Amino acid sequence: MTGDIAFEMKDITKTFPGIKALDSVSFAARAGEVHALVGENGAGKSTLMKVLSGVYQADGGQTFLFGKKVRFSHPLESLAQGVSVIYQEFSLLPDRTVAENIFLGREPTLRWGVLDSHRMRTETQDVLALFGDRHQFEPDTLVGELDVAQQQMVEIAKALSLNARVIVMDEPTAALNDTECELLFQLVDDLRTQGRSIVYITHRMREIRRLADRVTVIKDGKVAASFDDVPETAQIVEAMVGRDIGHFYPDPANPDEVGEVILAVRNGGNDRLFDINLDLRAGHITGFAGVQGAGRTALALALFGADPFDRGEVTIDGQPATLTSPRQAAKAGIAMLPGDRKADGLVLMQSVRDNGMLSARAFSPALGHPDKTPISTLDQMDRAFDAFDLRAASYEAEIQSLSGGNQQKAIVARWLSLKPKVLIFVEPTRGIDVNTKAGIYAQMRELAQAGAAVMAISSDLPEVLGISDRVLVMSDGKIVAEFGHGVSEAEVMHAATEAHLELEAS
Amino acid sequence: MINRLKHMNPVFLVLLLLFVAIAILSPYFLQPAGYMNFFKRAAPIAILAVGQLYVINSGGFDLSAGALVTLTVIGSSILLDGDASATWWVITAMLAVGVVVGTVNALVVSWLKVPSIIATLGMMITLGGVALTWSGGAPRGYLPENFRFFGRYLIKDLPVIKILPVAVIVMVVICAAMWWLMHRTNYGKRLVAMGDNPKAAMLAGVPLTQTRVVAFVMSSVSAVIAGILLGGFAGVSTDVGVGLELQAITAAVIGGAQLLGGRGTVGATIAGALVLQAMFTLLNILGFPKPIRDVVQGLILISAVVIAGYRRRRSGG
Amino acid sequence: MKRFGRKNLSALAPFLLLLVAIAIYVAVAIITDQTQYLTVENLLGLLGRSIALGITAVGQTFAILIASIDLSVANLISVSAVLASAIMSGDPAMMLPAVVTVLVVGVVVGLINGLVITQFEVNPLIATLGMALVLQGLLSAAFNNFAGAVPDEFQTFAYGQVGGVSVSLLFLIGLTIAAWVFLRFTKPGSNIYSVGGNPEAAKLAGMRTTRVVITAHIICSVCATIAGLYLASRLQSGAPWIGRDGVYDLESIAVVVIGGTALSGGRGGVWGTLMGVMIFSLIDSIFNLAGVDAFAKQILRGVIIVAAVAVYAMRSRRIEA
Repeated sequence: MTGDIAFEMKDITKTFPGIKALDSVSFAARAGEVHALVGENGAGKSTLMKVLSGVYQADGGQTFLFGKKVRFSHPLESLAQGVSVIYQEFSLLPDRTVAENIFLGREPTLRWGVLDSHRMRTETQDVLALFGDRHQFEPDTLVGELDVAQQQMVEIAKALSLNARVIVMDEPTAALNDTECELLFQLVDDLRTQGRSIVYITHRMREIRRLADRVTVIKDGKVAASFDDVPETAQIVEAMVGRDIGHFYPDPANPDEVGEVILAVRNGGNDRLFDINLDLRAGHITGFAGVQGAGRTALALALFGADPFDRGEVTIDGQPATLTSPRQAAKAGIAMLPGDRKADGLVLMQSVRDNGMLSARAFSPALGHPDKTPISTLDQMDRAFDAFDLRAASYEAEIQSLSGGNQQKAIVARWLSLKPKVLIFVEPTRGIDVNTKAGIYAQMRELAQAGAAVMAISSDLPEVLGISDRVLVMSDGKIVAEFGHGVSEAEVMHAATEAHLELEAS
Repeated sequence: MINRLKHMNPVFLVLLLLFVAIAILSPYFLQPAGYMNFFKRAAPIAILAVGQLYVINSGGFDLSAGALVTLTVIGSSILLDGDASATWWVITAMLAVGVVVGTVNALVVSWLKVPSIIATLGMMITLGGVALTWSGGAPRGYLPENFRFFGRYLIKDLPVIKILPVAVIVMVVICAAMWWLMHRTNYGKRLVAMGDNPKAAMLAGVPLTQTRVVAFVMSSVSAVIAGILLGGFAGVSTDVGVGLELQAITAAVIGGAQLLGGRGTVGATIAGALVLQAMFTLLNILGFPKPIRDVVQGLILISAVVIAGYRRRRSGG
Repeated sequence: MKRFGRKNLSALAPFLLLLVAIAIYVAVAIITDQTQYLTVENLLGLLGRSIALGITAVGQTFAILIASIDLSVANLISVSAVLASAIMSGDPAMMLPAVVTVLVVGVVVGLINGLVITQFEVNPLIATLGMALVLQGLLSAAFNNFAGAVPDEFQTFAYGQVGGVSVSLLFLIGLTIAAWVFLRFTKPGSNIYSVGGNPEAAKLAGMRTTRVVITAHIICSVCATIAGLYLASRLQSGAPWIGRDGVYDLESIAVVVIGGTALSGGRGGVWGTLMGVMIFSLIDSIFNLAGVDAFAKQILRGVIIVAAVAVYAMRSRRIEA
C-alpha cells in the first residue's frame, strides 16, 4: 500500500569545516513504506536526517515535504509539519510520567495555565492504544521505571501524538534484545500500515530483510547505491564497503613476528561477560566483532580494570594478575585507548604536552618534576609527537584545538610512555576522517611489530577485518567464533547473529 | 611583546592600577611601613586563597576554611592561655587538626559521593559548633607573645625596605611551597587533570582519592596557618574567620581560576587576593563604610566570572 | 538507562526519616520522663518554631528543582525584615506600602539572580553568593542595629491565632499547598520540572528555558522576603543580622535535600521540603529533651546534613561531586 511521495531531498550538500559531510545526496520516501538507510559509521546518514529535521541547514539542494518546498531552521518547525526523528539518545525525562513526556513543551491547559491532565492522559491512552496490548505501561508510569524498549515506545508514541507522517528511526535496535526487537518490528509494520513514511537507519542486514521496502546506501557522504527493492545482502555490503581494502590496511603479521602469549584469560566473567577464554600474543592484532551490546566493550573494560572480572583468572606473562582498577591494570602493563576520546581520554583544557605526559606523571613520584619523570621526559614526549607526525600549532596549545586524529596520537603517545605489553584500542578511528585512518592502522601494526599484543574493538566491521590478524566474534557476552585474517564480512556477521537466529527459531 | 601582553592575565594589570590609585590617594603607601602593612594584612587571605585554589582546581569548593580559621584562633587561645612554652605543640596540634579536617572533607566527597559544597558546608557548621562548644560562646584564654610573633612581629632596621613583617615572610614561604607543588610537581599536574576531566584522569592512572585528599588537606592546613597569622595581629574573637572562605574563592576567581576545575594558577590567585585587599584598602581611603566592602566583593566576584567566561568563549575555548 | 524504582524510594525516604525522627523523639521523651510533650499540639508547635525556615525552604525548593541554588536568601531575609520595619516605623497605615515594597525587592532580586545565571552563564553558586554579599553590604552600610518597629497589628502574622492554630503556621501550610498546586497542576509548574530534569530536551521541545529559570528564582526570592516579613513581625523589628544568624541559606538547602529534592534538579517537591523542616525541628527538640547543649547541637546538625545528603547521593547516581 505504498502511496505518494512523502518527502524528497534533492542534491543535498553539507560541509563542515574541513569535511564534506554530504555531497549532492538525493533521498526520498513514500507514504506507507519503510526506506532503509544504510552505511558505515560516519558515512553521512545521521547528517542527512539532521538536515531533514532542521537541526542542520543544507548548504545546497532542496527538500520537498508532500510536494511543498520546505527549509527548516529548527527541529520544532519540522515537528510541526509532521517529521519526527527518534535519536539513539532519547530526549526523555526519567522523573516525569509517560504522558508528561509525550506532551513535553506543548501541554494542554485549561484556564489560568492549569494543566489539562485529563486530556493528556486520555490522548496518551489513545496513542498507546495504537500499540495494541504490547505496551505494558500506563500514561502515569514514570519513564525512569521503563526499560529501554519501552522508552523507545514512548518516543514513538510522542511522534504519533504529533501525528508524524514521516518518522526517522536512528539505529533503533542498538540497545534492544531479541524479544524487544521483534516488538519494535511489529510496531514499525503497524506504522507502515497506517500509511506513515518510515526512514529506518541501520547496518544490520537482518533488519533490512525483515522490514525494508527500499534500501539506500550512503558512503563517504554520497549515495553509493539505491535499490527499489531489497537486494541480496552481498550487494548491499559491497556498496557499503566498496573501497580498495588492499592498500588501506597494513599487511597482516608474518608468522615469525607472532610471539609468546602475553595475556591470558581463563573462564573470566562478570555480570555482562561469560566464560571468557582468551590468549593475546605479542605481535598479534586481535580484532573483536559483534553487534552492539555483544560484550566487546565490556571485555575491554574488564581487562582494563574499570569494570573488572569477578570470576576466572587473568595472567600476564604467565604471572597471575589482579586487574581491579585502571591504575592496577596500567601497572600490569595494559593500556586502553578509549573510544569516546572527549569523555574518557582527554583533559581538554590542558596542553598537548600535558595530555601526553599524563600517565607518566600519574605513575611517577608525586613530588617529582613533571617534565623529567623517570618514565618519560618532556623531550622524549616531544620526540614521540614528532615521530607520530602530530600536527598542532604548538605542543603547548590546548588539546581541544586539535583534530580528532591528532588528539588520538597524543593519547597513544601517553600510553606508549608506559611501555605497555597489551594495547586495547576501542573505536580507534571514531570521528577521524578517512585519510587519517590509514595512518592510525599503520601505527597499530607498528606497535604489534614492536612486540605488543594489540586488541582492536570497533563497530566498523570492515575496519576490524582489515586490521586484525585474528577476529573473535562476541555475542551475548561470550566469545562465539574465531576467524583468521581474510575472513569475509558475511561470515562474521553470520557468526555474530547466529546465536540470535537460533533464539528466534526456538 | 604585544602578543604576550594580550595573553597576560588581566588580574596583574588590575592590581597595578589599584596600586597606582592607592599610591596617589595616600602617599603613605609608598613608604615601607605603608606597603609592608598592606602585605601583612593581605597575607592570611593570600594563603587561604592559594589553599582554596587546590580544591577549586580539583573541581570542588572548600567552604569550611573560614570556620577552621576561627577554630584555630579560639582553640589555640584556650589551649595556650598565655603559656608560651606550649606554643609549639599547640601549633603542631592545630596543623594536625587541619590535616584531619581536610582528609575528612575529601573522603566524604570521594567515598560518600556528597557534592563538595555540601560536604564542606556540613564541616563548616560542625567546626563552628566545635568552636562554640569549646569556648562557651565567648573568647577565652589569651595568646602568648611567641604565638603572636608570626602575625604581629616586624623585623626592623633592614636596608632598603627598612621593615619586614614576619607574616609577609610566612606568606612568601608558604605560597612559594604551594606554587612549587602546584606547578612543578607531578602531583600538581594530576590535580589539574582530575579537575578538568576526572574520568579521563582516572583512566590514565591518576589516583583520584589520594589526589583529592591532598588538595583538601592543603586548603585546611592553609586555613590553620592563616588562623595563626590572624590570631597574631587581629587577636582572639569568635567571628575572626567569618566569610574568609568566600574571600578566598573570590580571590581565586579574580585570578582566573575556573570553578569546577581544570584551570588556575597560584601566581594569579595571589594577585587576586592582593586585588581584593587593595580594593578594600582603596574603599577605606575613600572613606566608604566597611560594609561596602561586601558589595564590592560581590560585584567583582560576579564580574570576574562573567569576564572569564567571555574571554574563553571569544578565544574559542 | 536501567529499570529502577527510584520514584518510590525518593518519595518515601523523607517520610521514613520523619517517622524515625518522631520515633526517636517519643523514645527520648519517655526515657527522660517528659511525656507531657507528647501531644499533637506540641508536634505542630515544633513546626511553628520553624516558620521562617519553612517559608524560605519552600522557595529554595523551586531554585533547586531547576538545578540551580540560591545562597542569597539569608541576606535577603535580613533586607526584607529591616526594610519592612523601617518603613512601617510603628504606623499601621504604612503596613501595606512596606509589604508591597519588600515584595517588589524580592521580585527584583530574583530577577537579577535569574538574569545573571541565564544571560551571563554564571554558575548559580557564584551568582547568588555575589548577590548575598551585595545585599549584606548595602544593608549593613545603611543600618547597624534594629531599625524601625512593626505596629501591633502586623504582629498578628507571627502571634495571631485562628481557632487555636497560629496564623503563621496556617500561612506556611497554605503556602505549601499553593506551591504544590502550582508545581503539580499548572503548566509553568510542569515546566520547572522539565527544565530541571533535562534542559536540552526541554529546549528541543521548544520551551523557553530562560524564562523558567528566572521564574523559579523570583519565586525563591519572594519566599525569602516573606520569611523576612514574618521575622520582623515576630521580633517586632528588623536587624541586619537576623538572616545570617538563622543560617537560612544553608539550612533551607539542607531541608530541601533531606526532603528528597535532587540537587541535580527535576525531582522532588514541596511536601518533602516541609517534612525536611519537621525533621529539622524534631532533631532540635530531641536535643532539647535530651539536654544537649546548644553548641553541641550545632555540631550534630552539620554531621546530620552531610549524612542525609550522603544517603541520597549513594542512592542516586545523578548527583555529581
